[in-house]
Amino acid sequence: MLKNVFSLFGLQVYKSAGQQVVDKCRHADMKTCRPEDKKEREHNMKIGVLLKQVPDTETKIKLKGDNSGIEEGDIKWVINPYDEYAVEEALKLKEKVAGAEVVIVTAGPPRAVDSMRQALAMGADRGIRIETEGSHLDVYSTALVLSKVIEEEKFDIVFAGKQAVDDDCAATVQYVSELSGMPHVSPIETFEISADFKKATVNRPVAGGTKEVTEVTLPCILGCEKGLNNPRYASLPGIMKAKSKPIADKKAVDLAGGEGAKVKMGAWSLPPERAAGKKVEGEPEDVAEQLVKYLREEAKVF
Amino acid sequence: MSNILIIAEHAGGNVKKYSFELVSKAAELAGKTGGEVHAIIFGEGIKNAADLGKYGAKKVTVVENPALKFYSAGGYAKVIADLVNTTKPTIILGSASPVGKDLLPKVAAKLKVGFTQDCVELDIVDGKLKVKRPVFAGKALIDFTYEGSPHVATARPNSFPIKETGGTAQVEKIAGDPGTIKAIVKELKEVEKGETDVAEADIVVSGGRAMGNAEGFKVIYDLAHSIPGAAVGASRAAVDAGYISHDHQVGQTGKVVNPKLYIAAGISGAIQHLAGMRTSKVIVAINKDPEAPIFTKADFGIVGDLFKIVPILTEKLKKALKE
Repeated sequence: MLKNVFSLFGLQVYKSAGQQVVDKCRHADMKTCRPEDKKEREHNMKIGVLLKQVPDTETKIKLKGDNSGIEEGDIKWVINPYDEYAVEEALKLKEKVAGAEVVIVTAGPPRAVDSMRQALAMGADRGIRIETEGSHLDVYSTALVLSKVIEEEKFDIVFAGKQAVDDDCAATVQYVSELSGMPHVSPIETFEISADFKKATVNRPVAGGTKEVTEVTLPCILGCEKGLNNPRYASLPGIMKAKSKPIADKKAVDLAGGEGAKVKMGAWSLPPERAAGKKVEGEPEDVAEQLVKYLREEAKVF
Repeated sequence: MSNILIIAEHAGGNVKKYSFELVSKAAELAGKTGGEVHAIIFGEGIKNAADLGKYGAKKVTVVENPALKFYSAGGYAKVIADLVNTTKPTIILGSASPVGKDLLPKVAAKLKVGFTQDCVELDIVDGKLKVKRPVFAGKALIDFTYEGSPHVATARPNSFPIKETGGTAQVEKIAGDPGTIKAIVKELKEVEKGETDVAEADIVVSGGRAMGNAEGFKVIYDLAHSIPGAAVGASRAAVDAGYISHDHQVGQTGKVVNPKLYIAAGISGAIQHLAGMRTSKVIVAINKDPEAPIFTKADFGIVGDLFKIVPILTEKLKKALKE
């Protein structure tokens, strides 16, 4: 029996869905489920994906006149690149487990629905959007409202990007893990689930090309890194189907229970512009010599 | 009493350079809060934990516990939170390293307080921590202050100078109680032995799409290996083309670097790459295309064929470094 414990605010919720685990893998001795064993298992697995909509990485950032934020007029909004790996990994897992469901959870304004629909077009089943307007959210309060939804949904596993490329905070996974009482690993570059769905083995990159091979107990939350997979494109039928997939609406103010942000955002600024320096052209021998001289005598790097 | 707790790190028993930067900065802040700096470090066989005292730590707690032989966010955070609950620091700082970036938000969440990541400025205003941190990979910066206490943050490596204060630290060893660890590191796999990490390196040599293939990166590795402490970086184009692993990617969907010297070879300079290396002290660009955007950010640009220039540069630097 898969026991699913959420200890948020001391509340303990035991889940019964996992009791119906039926392992139909052909090779009884097999430790992990490989893609070729597709759909040969049945399990009411609920897979959550935390998704954020962010400006495209090619966006030039312009500040508002009062330095309170960025001008949003020309921005092209996309799924946070790391969250695309999360969606893909969730869909790969769903393909292995008959009866599995993938739920996209987003805290964001109405425009975020476009990104949620993209994930639904890729193959996710439904969405839950937490309306953020009227709430001052930092990583703590965002994680708090997300954990409330995770608690309600009783996910067996949650995938998220390791960080969002707008605020670069890289802390939501860790906060959600703590507030939902689940272990986390972030970032992950590989993912394999055990045959009984109780554990996952992931590789976490640390400094200088070293990987921590980590075994984590489900339910858990994993922060996805580039290299984990290659996110699929939505198919045309997928896009058509996504239009009618349900997206439930919730409000951050209702979920936060009176709690708010713990850090206060002050002024925005732009980094100092770098001026172009010298530019030389010529024989490789000469230009290399000039560069070494520059590094030693002017820049004093060596 | 407004004490500051810093989370120090080590590799192979040697305290990390960025931990000395952090303790130096913490000592400066403690001067303003009127408190002391206390450091905590995890691991056995740490040779120079007491050296943290030279840079301002009054006390160093070394956590030796076989259950924490490898990093564990949950286990480390539990031990730190227990220490915080007894010693009551008002500020908790770590480095924005692979461990610190993961551990400090976990600690902050456990204490149910606010957190800021990868700060490039830390100051005390009205007795409270005020930070500046980059967003959009450095395309903009935001100031933050905190509600409640303690204030938890990570500092970007290479952002603060190491300053000796000439003090000494009292070193204590504890086992700590890591609780039940549900994410257990089974082993460390070294995919690339001995390579310096781009995020920590003083000097980064990066290659782009122009490298052409994995073999093309050899000239970049040769140059990096000829300079002590240098790391190999890459543009997203090179990583996406499969020339090199994502561990090396510099930019908005890779690592943000802050070295003394950044050499970009065959990198045109897409916005998302420039964002990841713009705070480098000195930027050198080598590119065939005189119009490449990278030249607008470079202190020293060379227009030419990197495959001809880089090997000559490697030889000349080797010679220069021997002198």
